[in-house]
Amino acid sequence: MPPIPLPTAVPLTYYLILSAILFALGVAGFLFRKSLITVFMSIELMLNAVNLTFVTFSYQHKQVDGHLFTFFVMVVAAAEAAVGLAIILTVFKNRGTLAVDEIDSLKL
Amino acid sequence: MLVNFTPPSASEYIRVLPEILLTVGGTILMIAEGLAGERHRRGLAPMALAFLLLALGGAVVAGMDPGPAFNNMLTVDGYATFFRLLVLIVGILSVLISGSYLTRENADSADYYALILFSLCGQSILASANELIMVFIGLEISSIATYVLAGFLRNDKRNNEAAIKYFLLGSFATAFLLYGVGWIYGVTGTTNLQEIHRFLTSSESVYSPLLVSACAAMMFVGFAFKVSAAPFQGWAPDVYQGAPAPVSAFMTAAPKAAAFAVFLRVYSIAFSGLTERWQPILWVSAMATMVIGNFAALRQDNIKRMLAYSSVAHAGYVMVAVVAHSEAGVAAAMFYLASYAFMNLGAFAIVTHYVGKGERYVGIDDMAGYARQQPLIAALFTWFLLSLIGVPLTGGFFGKFYVFKSAIDSNLIWLTVLGLLNSAVAAYYYLRIIVVMYFHEPTNETGAAGPVPAGVRLALIGSAIGVFVLGVMPSAVLEFANRSAMLSR
Repeated sequence: MPPIPLPTAVPLTYYLILSAILFALGVAGFLFRKSLITVFMSIELMLNAVNLTFVTFSYQHKQVDGHLFTFFVMVVAAAEAAVGLAIILTVFKNRGTLAVDEIDSLKL
Repeated sequence: MLVNFTPPSASEYIRVLPEILLTVGGTILMIAEGLAGERHRRGLAPMALAFLLLALGGAVVAGMDPGPAFNNMLTVDGYATFFRLLVLIVGILSVLISGSYLTRENADSADYYALILFSLCGQSILASANELIMVFIGLEISSIATYVLAGFLRNDKRNNEAAIKYFLLGSFATAFLLYGVGWIYGVTGTTNLQEIHRFLTSSESVYSPLLVSACAAMMFVGFAFKVSAAPFQGWAPDVYQGAPAPVSAFMTAAPKAAAFAVFLRVYSIAFSGLTERWQPILWVSAMATMVIGNFAALRQDNIKRMLAYSSVAHAGYVMVAVVAHSEAGVAAAMFYLASYAFMNLGAFAIVTHYVGKGERYVGIDDMAGYARQQPLIAALFTWFLLSLIGVPLTGGFFGKFYVFKSAIDSNLIWLTVLGLLNSAVAAYYYLRIIVVMYFHEPTNETGAAGPVPAGVRLALIGSAIGVFVLGVMPSAVLEFANRSAMLSR
């Protein structure tokens, strides 16, 4: 399969830097945000940053493997979202709050 | 990968027989509940057991014809078979103790058993994964099912909290693992473990060792989280304390064993060329895991939380075997995980029965005078606790013995000394339970009253036999472990 030419003047490194920035933003969001939903979205952002990495490297290696992996990751992320939102919902039902700090009834 | 596509042969399907049986079994369970209606819920646990026994048979059949499957994405060798059998046995014992617990909490449902089967399916994939994407998928199948199990009693605040903590931190750690996989794929152009090894050790390939070490470190975050190794052990006490007792029993044994299986496989195949870089980090992690687990367990009054910290400490002992980085180390880790699974499930089986409705009696002091009310059960509990300490004639003793022997053979003298000191500290908190059971006067408020249900009794007998066999004639299991510990590079 001949490689599809990317738009010129955007080197592959830029994609990797972008994905690293997205991943770092996800980590920061996970660590510093207070709402469960935002924390959960940060994790999704991290997974999508990984997808971008896979696609970039896949293009660089001229393989389809990396493209396939993104589908696996997307499927898993969707399953995780379904379970995660359900868990967040039960937490909200029982406690009436989504603040991370207030979920602390187990002894530390 | 797709250019020369040949459909998988029949023998390749046989090699994933346990996974197929578990998935089909879980699905049938959920459909059967819908068809049979509410009144036939008593049949669910036996049905789940039947599927687990079938899968156990499937794992044996699959193990008789070892080899790769599906484009070398999975490999069924002795090592994979060992861990498949181990997690399936843990699954059987967990189902046995779950029935009466769920009935007591009014939460009988097929979902619970189906989730256990799906989780085991993921762990079975993990045991045979030969490729980093399969590692990720196996890890997620196993984890997503356990996230739900941890919060299974939806209206219980502790369950909710355990589930949300486990879910958020677990997904966070897995994202790190995946990012590491992404970069490994970028550097080496493959995700197959053997090919990564070949690339990293070949003199022709050009790569930055620092970058590969960074990838290995990010994957370590994911694995360390799943096995609850320091510094990523923080979730373990909260989750094991908050989750329903039979689920904690399951989680401390099966997902942990499978995660260790894949951890060992990845590090001793793919990253074996970089040993001198990751070994010091794992050394520190193993040491910290043992110390944190044991010293935190000393101060616990909640029996589930104490067993949770003890499970962290035991992960530390297995980490010692990982650091040893030898075939003897791999075999020792396998043996240790097997013996830990039995003694821990035995202990948790008793806790499951003891805590009573709504898990009210979780304090260690609630066990006062238990030996007088239930002498036989108390004796069994003592047996499991002695094994957790590592007293001779129990499985726990030989587990520790082989782990520390492999560490000494690899010249890890200080780690061995620290580990031995740690096991001495551990004796204190296990013995404390025995003292409370035998020498304290029973209080009025205890949960010990009711007779032990048949399922729990069966699980107790099974675990006790397991601990006994591993403690008296360890050679059979160890020989199998030794033969399987040779991971092909």
